[in-house]
Amino acid sequence: MVTMLRSAGAFIVVLLLSGCNLVVLEPAGDIARQQGQLIIYATVLMLIVILPVMALTIFFAIRYRASNESASYSPDWDHSISLEMVVWSLPLAIIICLAGLTWVATHRLEPYNELTRIDASRPLDPAVEPLTIQVVALDWKWLFIYPEQDVATVNEVAAIVDRPVEFKLTSATVMNSFYVPALAGQIYAMAGMETELNAVINEPGDFEGFSANYSGNGFSQMRFRFHGLDATGFDRWVADVRAQGSRLDRERYRSLALPSVGNAVTYFDGVEAELWDRIINLCVEPGTLCHDDMMMVDALGGGGLEGLYNREIFAGICASDDALGLYYLLRPEFSRRSPELAAALGTAALPSIVPTTGTRRDESAR
Amino acid sequence: MTGTTEFHERGTMGAPVADPIWGKLTWDIFPFYDPLLLVTFVGTVIVAVAVVAALTRYRLWKVLWTEWFTSIDHKKIGIMYMVLGIVMLIRGFSDALLMRGHQALASAGFVGYLPAYHYDQVFTVHGVIMIFFVAMPLVTGFMNYVMPLQIGARDVAFPFLNNLSFWLTVSGAVLIMLSLFVGEFAATGWLAYPPLSGLNFSPGVGMDYYLWALNIAGIGTTLSGINLIVTLVKMRAPGMTWMRLPVFSWTTLCTNVLIVATFPVLTATLALLTADRYLGTHFFTSELGGNPMMYVNLIWIWGHPEVYILTLPIFGIFSEVVPTFCRKRLFGYTSMVYATCVIMILSYIVWLHHFFTMGAGADVNSFFGITTMIISIPTGAKLFNWLFTMYKGRIRFELPMMWVIAFMLTFVIGGMTGVLLAVPPADFVLHNSLFLVAHFHNVIIGGVVFGIFAGIIFWWPKAFGFKLDPFWGKVSFWGWVVGFYLAFMPLYVLGLMGVTRRLSQFEDTVYAGYFAVALIGACCIAIGLAAFVIQIIVSIRRREELRDETGDPWGGRTLEWSTSSPPPFYNFALTPRVHELDAWDHMKRAGYVRPTEGFAPIHMPRYTATGVVIAALATVVGFALVWHVWWVALGAFAACITYGIGHTFNYDRDYYVPVDEVARLEDQRSQALAIDEAAKPGGA
Amino acid sequence: MSAAADTTDDAPVGGTSGTEDTLSFHVVADEEHDDDHAHEGGTMLGFWLYLMSDCLIFGILFAVHAVVGQRYAAGPAPSDLFELDMILVSTFLLLFSSITFGFAVLKMHARDLRGMTVWMIVTGLFGLGFLVLEVREFMHLWHLGATPMASAFLSSFYFLVGTHGVHVAAGSLWLAVLIAQLHTTGLTPANERRVLCLSLFWHFLDLIWIGVFSFVYLAGVLL
Repeated sequence: MVTMLRSAGAFIVVLLLSGCNLVVLEPAGDIARQQGQLIIYATVLMLIVILPVMALTIFFAIRYRASNESASYSPDWDHSISLEMVVWSLPLAIIICLAGLTWVATHRLEPYNELTRIDASRPLDPAVEPLTIQVVALDWKWLFIYPEQDVATVNEVAAIVDRPVEFKLTSATVMNSFYVPALAGQIYAMAGMETELNAVINEPGDFEGFSANYSGNGFSQMRFRFHGLDATGFDRWVADVRAQGSRLDRERYRSLALPSVGNAVTYFDGVEAELWDRIINLCVEPGTLCHDDMMMVDALGGGGLEGLYNREIFAGICASDDALGLYYLLRPEFSRRSPELAAALGTAALPSIVPTTGTRRDESAR
Repeated sequence: MTGTTEFHERGTMGAPVADPIWGKLTWDIFPFYDPLLLVTFVGTVIVAVAVVAALTRYRLWKVLWTEWFTSIDHKKIGIMYMVLGIVMLIRGFSDALLMRGHQALASAGFVGYLPAYHYDQVFTVHGVIMIFFVAMPLVTGFMNYVMPLQIGARDVAFPFLNNLSFWLTVSGAVLIMLSLFVGEFAATGWLAYPPLSGLNFSPGVGMDYYLWALNIAGIGTTLSGINLIVTLVKMRAPGMTWMRLPVFSWTTLCTNVLIVATFPVLTATLALLTADRYLGTHFFTSELGGNPMMYVNLIWIWGHPEVYILTLPIFGIFSEVVPTFCRKRLFGYTSMVYATCVIMILSYIVWLHHFFTMGAGADVNSFFGITTMIISIPTGAKLFNWLFTMYKGRIRFELPMMWVIAFMLTFVIGGMTGVLLAVPPADFVLHNSLFLVAHFHNVIIGGVVFGIFAGIIFWWPKAFGFKLDPFWGKVSFWGWVVGFYLAFMPLYVLGLMGVTRRLSQFEDTVYAGYFAVALIGACCIAIGLAAFVIQIIVSIRRREELRDETGDPWGGRTLEWSTSSPPPFYNFALTPRVHELDAWDHMKRAGYVRPTEGFAPIHMPRYTATGVVIAALATVVGFALVWHVWWVALGAFAACITYGIGHTFNYDRDYYVPVDEVARLEDQRSQALAIDEAAKPGGA
Repeated sequence: MSAAADTTDDAPVGGTSGTEDTLSFHVVADEEHDDDHAHEGGTMLGFWLYLMSDCLIFGILFAVHAVVGQRYAAGPAPSDLFELDMILVSTFLLLFSSITFGFAVLKMHARDLRGMTVWMIVTGLFGLGFLVLEVREFMHLWHLGATPMASAFLSSFYFLVGTHGVHVAAGSLWLAVLIAQLHTTGLTPANERRVLCLSLFWHFLDLIWIGVFSFVYLAGVLL
């Protein structure tokens, strides 16, 4: 059945669209390939009802035209239980099939899931770790950070053929959508949030990637190249990046983040530790309280009126070994309520040790 | 290209810091450095001068003011809605043509004539105008004109409110049109997602035009929704039970329930964004706890039902046109009504399918994907019902029926691609692509626009007493249908080639052929639109030949065809009494004779200028707020409230039309009918 | 109910000449005045629908508060800001104003314009008292630095409570206008209808305030 559907779908598609490069239907990565196939299955399934409707429309229009006196005419016929059953149940049947397909496919192709196979015929060796790439959407270019290799690039990204890639995405500006049609479906990159995309490229090659969500003036030029390379080719590419790149520290990043259109490919060798962390938590600028700290303070009950003027005193609370203790230290008025808070937390007493500030952002803690 | 190139700063019109007297208004807010805009401006001024001169020459100002602008007759307001919609359609379509031309050039290796900053405004304004100021007014115009006639009412429940709603919509349209020549419009896309639409990324006045135009027009729409629901609930003619209500009136009811239940969401959401921009609050910013995704959720909680606000009345139009031109009762009236209600309810629980790609997780995504697909069941049932209405009918292929056939063939394709986009993994590759653009144009043009043309041609003789010229109507039909397919089928293919929407520049030229075809299609649609305007002009000139005195040129089935064309201002000399579905068809078959005596005084509302004045003041408030001229905004707002309160002190709002006057008008019609009958070759 | 069931209550129609005598296709002249009454019912229904749409606006603001109400941005939380005693006072002011408006409507039904005016003025004074307390609270918070710009929680707090306050202010203005109208044109049906609409509006605002008081203030401070 599936093969029949598949060949029928492929036939229709080939018939209609021969001669153009339909990357969405003929991609080079396993995830995108499954998504493309799903399009064909769903289309064929719907054509089961769409085509007869179109044919009937034309047939009835011709058959019952006013000039055709030979056709039967029943002006008062307006109801038929059996026909109405068909009218409602036919779309229902198609939708039940499609809903089942949707439920299964959506769960299987959820971009946050780790991959279980390389392609249709090869399962994934569980020992293989995915290549992690951190992606930052900037005005109007893409920054890719390779934590494993400790390099970074702008508007160019490479992955190893048949090794899964795990993209972690965020934005340092407005909403963008990260999309490499040949590789996998898109996912949004949004400021202050981290989204994820798991995919694998199965064929070597040079593919196009871009932002699929309008983000302002330089949106049209917000494109990058995605290279599928074999293991040695990838190592050579990393070596190239290292050789040509300078270090990406916070200063360099801040100038990079300024709006620019049509950025050239740029390489960086060595990325400041915690840069990604700070980008996600919107605290690249010195003196801004990182979001995770802010959320920790909020979860503990807010920073009080003092927090309005002095938010930064809470810097590092998240990474501290005893966040709650540090919080009471900073908000002494809350320690008066410590017995009730302890009771609420279900602990005998609040920790009395003197907490230390986290190491990650000690330079901005006061 | 090197690392950084020059680009136009986002939104730099006007003074960066507001002056206490002039706000952000400066001399450089007129964007006439752009030759394209300069030409448009000159053209607009010439047309405006010509219109003003013509109105003055033929002394039409007084008529316009006393008979139309201040009118609270639902029929005149309905017609004014239609005029507004068609004028804005021409504007919105010009933008579409600009984009098609630009993309055709840009994809072929040229730079194109629109810089990104301008192009971004054009696609934003195109979307905003087409949804809010073309589709909405046209649909509201139909509901306003036809529904009270169909239920045998003399007017809507709140006639003054109806006038106010219309003028508030105009006020929004005026602000959008002003943004073309004074300042700039938003360059954010039609739904203006933050943070892009926030103060940090769009500091200019364009976003403010967007917010105030939509908020003012949105209030008008909400009021109109309340008005029409009350009309339907309280003012149906005696005997018209719910299950005898014509399908168009049913869809009107469901549409207005949707309006009342969703436009407040839009108002609240835009108000929060306005607060972010004007007060510096943090609802939708990324900093200090704001949540941009909250906006995306809220705007689509309004936005998806909005799609059905546009399509449901159109389904209603088709449900009137098909039985009339098939000379047959509508197949499955009951299931049609239930299908409408089911669509109304389901449209609230599908909004997330607009952002599957924001990482909500598989469970949430599949839930919303499946609810979306379920909507296609009642929609499919409706299609089958029209199909079986044609079955064993006597189909006359006059223009409205041609539009129906074109709709049925086109809409199923749009429906199919819509269900396809509701499959989340498929949406991951098609979201925001030209495939999506092709899909929603397929349902909006193939559904809404085709239906609007069917409706205009169908009800035009009712509104004006003569039919529209069929030749130019056919030119328009073929222009639109062929143009639609040429313009949007290539976009489906481009979407599958991985081309995303809203691009103003392209890297390579492989797409050029497809964009060229799309441009040709857009030109065909331009011919179709021009032919439609010509059709109206030609028909007006030939109105005596096309005249219909009977009031029932098509052999209609519902009550609006029982009165004269155009109907008298009181609609029905005596309130109709209904015994069956398809009341007028029943009356004709039962040998109904038009009453010529026994009239009673008719209770009618008086015209008032209050709606025009309040809406004009609202426009001033909006404009002043856009440009941060606080004192004018405050003054105009106070004047608005004061004028509104003043209006409530006027208790003399209605009057009785004396019996003699009713008898005189009905007598005139009797004579006209007699002459018409005598003139008919071989008259009955 | 199906279409078939609906049609059976009338005589079947065959288009024969006999049935046209039994079926009347329009109301006779005497019945024409019915639509005046329909109109009054229409106003109340319309006003209800308006209130529901307004309720939806508040619904959105409550939903927004549910989402960002605990995003203090390391700034003050409700327990740092709100003085529940004063909020309780203003809650009772508003609740009492609803009762006094009820008395005004009772007086209207008793055709006692004078008593009605007195109760309406009392209602208005309670409303103004509520507004004064609210403005005072806002000024106090602003003075502390807890402005709507300080955090998403504060944005949402000011917007929700402020929107309610604007409604109360509009209601008070309406009340004043209505008193003037009652004294220029008397207890006409039109004016009575307006009083009933305002009464609905006023009770509606009370209801919303119960929501604000419980979800924003009580839950904010105590939870």
